[in-house]
Amino acid sequence: MRAPAYLDHNATSPLRPAVLDAMVEALRAGGNPSAVHSVGRKARSLVEAARRSVAGLVGCLPGEVVFTSGGTEANNLALRGAGHRRVLVSAVEHDSVGKASPDGEIIGVDGEGVVDLGALERMLAQPGERALVSVMLANNETGVVQPVGEVVRLARGAGALVHCDAVQAVGKLGFDVHGLGVDYLSLSAHKLGGPAGIGALVVCNGAPLAPDRLGGSQEANRRAGTENVAGIAGFGAAATAARSGLPVAPLRDRLESTLRHIAPGARIFGGGARRLDNTSCIAMPGVKAETQVMAFDLAGVCVSAGAACSSGKVQRSAVLDAMGVEPAEAATAIRVSLGWNSEPGDIDRLIAAWRDLYIRAGKSDIDDARAA
Amino acid sequence: MSVLSQIRRNDQPIYLDYQATTPMDPRVLEAMMPYFTHKFGNPHSRSHSYGWEAEEGVEKGRAQVARLIGADEKEVIFTSGATESNNLAIRGVAEFYKDRKNHIVTTVTEHKCVLDTCRHLEQQGFEVTYLPVQKNGLVDLEELRAAITDKTVVVSVMAVNNEIGVIQPLAEIGKICREKKTFFHTDAAQAAGKIPLDVEAMNIDLLSISGHKIYGPKGIGALYVRRKPRVRLVPLIVGGGQERGFRSGTLPAPLCVGLGEAAEIAMKEMDAEAGRLARLQARMLKGLQDRLPEIYVNGDLEHRIPGNLNISFAYVEGESLMMGIKNLSVSSGSACTSASLEPSYVLRALGVEEELAHTSLRIGLGRFTTEHEVDTAVDELVRHVEKLRAMSPLWEMAQEGIDIKSIEWAAH
Repeated sequence: MRAPAYLDHNATSPLRPAVLDAMVEALRAGGNPSAVHSVGRKARSLVEAARRSVAGLVGCLPGEVVFTSGGTEANNLALRGAGHRRVLVSAVEHDSVGKASPDGEIIGVDGEGVVDLGALERMLAQPGERALVSVMLANNETGVVQPVGEVVRLARGAGALVHCDAVQAVGKLGFDVHGLGVDYLSLSAHKLGGPAGIGALVVCNGAPLAPDRLGGSQEANRRAGTENVAGIAGFGAAATAARSGLPVAPLRDRLESTLRHIAPGARIFGGGARRLDNTSCIAMPGVKAETQVMAFDLAGVCVSAGAACSSGKVQRSAVLDAMGVEPAEAATAIRVSLGWNSEPGDIDRLIAAWRDLYIRAGKSDIDDARAA
Repeated sequence: MSVLSQIRRNDQPIYLDYQATTPMDPRVLEAMMPYFTHKFGNPHSRSHSYGWEAEEGVEKGRAQVARLIGADEKEVIFTSGATESNNLAIRGVAEFYKDRKNHIVTTVTEHKCVLDTCRHLEQQGFEVTYLPVQKNGLVDLEELRAAITDKTVVVSVMAVNNEIGVIQPLAEIGKICREKKTFFHTDAAQAAGKIPLDVEAMNIDLLSISGHKIYGPKGIGALYVRRKPRVRLVPLIVGGGQERGFRSGTLPAPLCVGLGEAAEIAMKEMDAEAGRLARLQARMLKGLQDRLPEIYVNGDLEHRIPGNLNISFAYVEGESLMMGIKNLSVSSGSACTSASLEPSYVLRALGVEEELAHTSLRIGLGRFTTEHEVDTAVDELVRHVEKLRAMSPLWEMAQEGIDIKSIEWAAH
């Protein structure tokens, strides 16, 4: 049986070959990086080499990288560790940002999912405590890229700090964290071909950070716990590989133009905004997302009906909701996300399955209409 | 190729630091590999087979961990490691029940992550009783009983100490906690897979496990959270609501599989391994005692895991000794605090004097330790201790019968 076409890289990306090699080497070497003997020092050197690779990918200093167990922990750590009582978060943030700031004030987005800078400016102008602003670099469901540089400019004017969840953007979008100007940046390895279970919070220019995990001086007292050496080594290898970018825009563009040719009513959410080259959130008119993902799975194509974290339960997408998409239309949206090993054949299979389902669904509509 | 030759090449030092971390068992790596390669899905993806097979691996791992401690699989939460498990257990219950209870009981020899968490809670207004331990490192049960009040939310006592390997009387502690209607948390990072643990028989409500201390991977651990009667926690990490809301974040499927496999191997081989390690431990101790006077084992020898020895070599500076025995990977205490030259707080708590505490080494034996390695290590230790003592004026004085403590050092 042919392996399925995997088009769900925003959920997780398969390991890049160089990553597995780096991890196996680290697993074989063993050692606790805090131990002072040679085995420990070898583990320490793997951790520090990986820290330099990750720093290189986002353009920060190695000392600014705090390894965590993943993007969720990094987001939690930034929002709690920055120590701000007033937090402003965009309406399309990942749950690990939204739920970590339950009292956060919501910055709305426009119909394309782009954060409303005017609203942010008004919120920042309100008298009160210094705020922490959290706006993601790119959205996990739509791939829409946020104007983080502008967010930073407004925040600076109001003396606010900025956190940016770059989990979906890193490796897909070239950027430099100091160029962006943010104070905190969250990263995850498994979205860019590294292993799950490792991520990082980049803490720029000595921004304040109270540790959340206590009990050991690892990560320069910012995150206690024995380092996940193999995970970190894998993250480093993935970061090095990801520096060459992700040239999948032609594939994604061909997918979208073909699907819209098949069904002119197929809507691409955030299609009018700047987006990641790998993501397409697309509605098949009149066909429920669950029906689509099941049909595509049978046809050997893996996509998702939204974010994987919440896909256990079928619920409305908060992202599409915030964009003002009607619930009935939002319920027909699937997410297609490409990655480092995506091939033209994967897109062809999705197009074929999509066309088949669309035609079948259309026929049944007609049959229903006749029966009525 | 033997298992051992995959673990250690000949040019590597002899690894005797099994309490810091353990090499991964090749069988664990083998179990993990498919989840790194073709079964790479996100276990929370519900819309395709990649997600389902990753989830299957995660759930198998969860069941294997549960079996190791006599729990139901629904009671096991994956975390990033024992530090997180300990933080979550203690802070989680303390914060959840803070309206009714405000007191925590623990011991002075706990791992730093338990002590730091308790100190943090003290700053938040909780009261913490840090129980002393007896000379042998074990907690006094009557003192423990007396410390518990109706305001005590949790008693946190480690199962096995990371520096001296002593086993606390878990069943007795559990019984007292149940009688006194307080939760019992145990940090079992050093105990799981090494001694039999049964959360039912021992009345344990919360139990922390580490992957890399049981020949599994780093970056993964588990927390057992009792369901009947139910223990409730405020989560430390929020977001997607994974792990029944106790711990958000994408589960690293290969690591969950690895922890499960490590737990299963440990359970199957526990008896045989304990027997083998007990023989190696005895061989090492006898080898040293036969040839070196004035060495002292710290902590109870009987109530102790066989994979640990903690020995003070009087009149020898521990750091100098470690520098000498370069081809032995040992430590002078906990790895987490080994960068500091402070004497171990664990040894100080046993009443070991500061001079003697400075002379101690933690020697960890484990699954891949051989008799030959033990003998080589004994030879090395004896050679270097003798050499350092020969250079030590204090040793010379002691040999001449001068009581070092009686010397009144001139002030400078």
